[in-house]
Amino acid sequence: MKSIWTIFKREFVSYFTHPIAYAVIVVFLFLSLILTFTLGSFLEARDASLTYSFFLYLPLVLMVLVPAVGMKLWTDEQRNGTIELLGTFPISTRSVIFGKFFAAAAVWLIALALTFPIWITVNWLGDPDNLTILSGYIGAFLVSCTFLAITLLVSAFTRDQVICLVISAALCIVLVLGTFEPFVQSYSKALWDWLVAAITAIGVWDHYLSLARGLFRLQDFVWFGTIIVACLFGTSAVLSAKRS
Amino acid sequence: MIEVENLTKQFGTKTAVDNLSFKVSPGEVLGFLGPNGAGKSTTMRMVTGFIPPTSGDARLCGISIVDNPTEAKKKVGYLPESAPLYNDMTVVGFLRFCADIRGLSGTAKKDAVDRAIDTCFLGSVATQAIDTLSKGYRHRTCLAQSLLHDPEILILDEPTDGLDPNQKYEIRQLIKRLGQTKTVLFSTHILEEVEAACSRAVIVDRGVIVADGTPSQLLAQSGTGSLYDLFRKLTTRDTAA
Repeated sequence: MKSIWTIFKREFVSYFTHPIAYAVIVVFLFLSLILTFTLGSFLEARDASLTYSFFLYLPLVLMVLVPAVGMKLWTDEQRNGTIELLGTFPISTRSVIFGKFFAAAAVWLIALALTFPIWITVNWLGDPDNLTILSGYIGAFLVSCTFLAITLLVSAFTRDQVICLVISAALCIVLVLGTFEPFVQSYSKALWDWLVAAITAIGVWDHYLSLARGLFRLQDFVWFGTIIVACLFGTSAVLSAKRS
Repeated sequence: MIEVENLTKQFGTKTAVDNLSFKVSPGEVLGFLGPNGAGKSTTMRMVTGFIPPTSGDARLCGISIVDNPTEAKKKVGYLPESAPLYNDMTVVGFLRFCADIRGLSGTAKKDAVDRAIDTCFLGSVATQAIDTLSKGYRHRTCLAQSLLHDPEILILDEPTDGLDPNQKYEIRQLIKRLGQTKTVLFSTHILEEVEAACSRAVIVDRGVIVADGTPSQLLAQSGTGSLYDLFRKLTTRDTAA
């Protein structure tokens, strides 16, 4: 436990000694609010809820920006050789993986928390259901964690940050766009119903939107949890396979 | 005490380390010699628990690195070949991080960091960012990391590589001094280092030990009184393949 905390501290501080966390957070706030006011028609809808104005479009931003935060996690260790220090310290690989994952997740917690002006705005202009909004934030954070876990797994394979960014963003984009409403409409005519249902169950959208609507369904938490845990264990397996 | 027993490492069909066995006792400084690619770094990586051996075992203070890696790793300070460091940290920040990982806290941690900074002459750069350091300072920062927890065993992979003559001298003196109380295993391909710092040396070639003895025994074995000749005679040249 203590070693997870030590790794967490180092990684978290490192995010803020580099420009990377600031850049990603600023771009994230900018893009997420732009989408809210354009595609989300936040003002025109005259609706004091954030589900279809703000939360609906977040995965489109997260699918690209989350890998940018996670891409250095193992690539840097492998490129600089510091993985050899970590591998000879009396701590388990698993605690290093958790420490790194939590540090990157904390950056996203901060990024999401900094969208608070939009929450203040809807409360000021109307009377929204704040529990639904909280549930939406939980959903957005779980999406971020899922994308981070995927990026962490990809970063274990390579020492090149650009390759890690491209591959993990591609995976996240497939998970998001594969079940994005306009895309589903176009391919659902050509495919069997059961296949469309299966794709919907695998993609991000269905699970995220139920949370954004304030719905706590077990299957959604199982979906997020399974991907995160599988990717973290996969990372550990890849790292030990590479060493032998 | 380091006991290496029948250590073997295969990468695919290539045998990097072939059934290697040797022992290093406390108070002994063992020089690990050999041409590039002889299996020195691979051996050290196995002994420190970074990569698992294909077969065989290494015991550090009697604890097996294969069966009980976490306990065995606590006994060792290790300087990897390229002296890897986190470039975004300061020297003192990096050492504090390593001390945390080694389970040190409070005054014990502060004392350990201060001592390591003194021992490795890092006082003047302690608050500097690591990516602004020269090669000599980088090397010494990584060496300082290996001394933090006052380990019984020190394993140093080419500790003087890339240093200037003054720095080489300092490091050799340091190794000699540390070797009085600790078990030291260090690799090099600089032959003068054997006489300057080692109490014993082994020469490895293609994963096998080809000579083992004190510097004077090795000199006698060479026939000409030159370690250089012995090294040339016993090891394979990569041009001869």
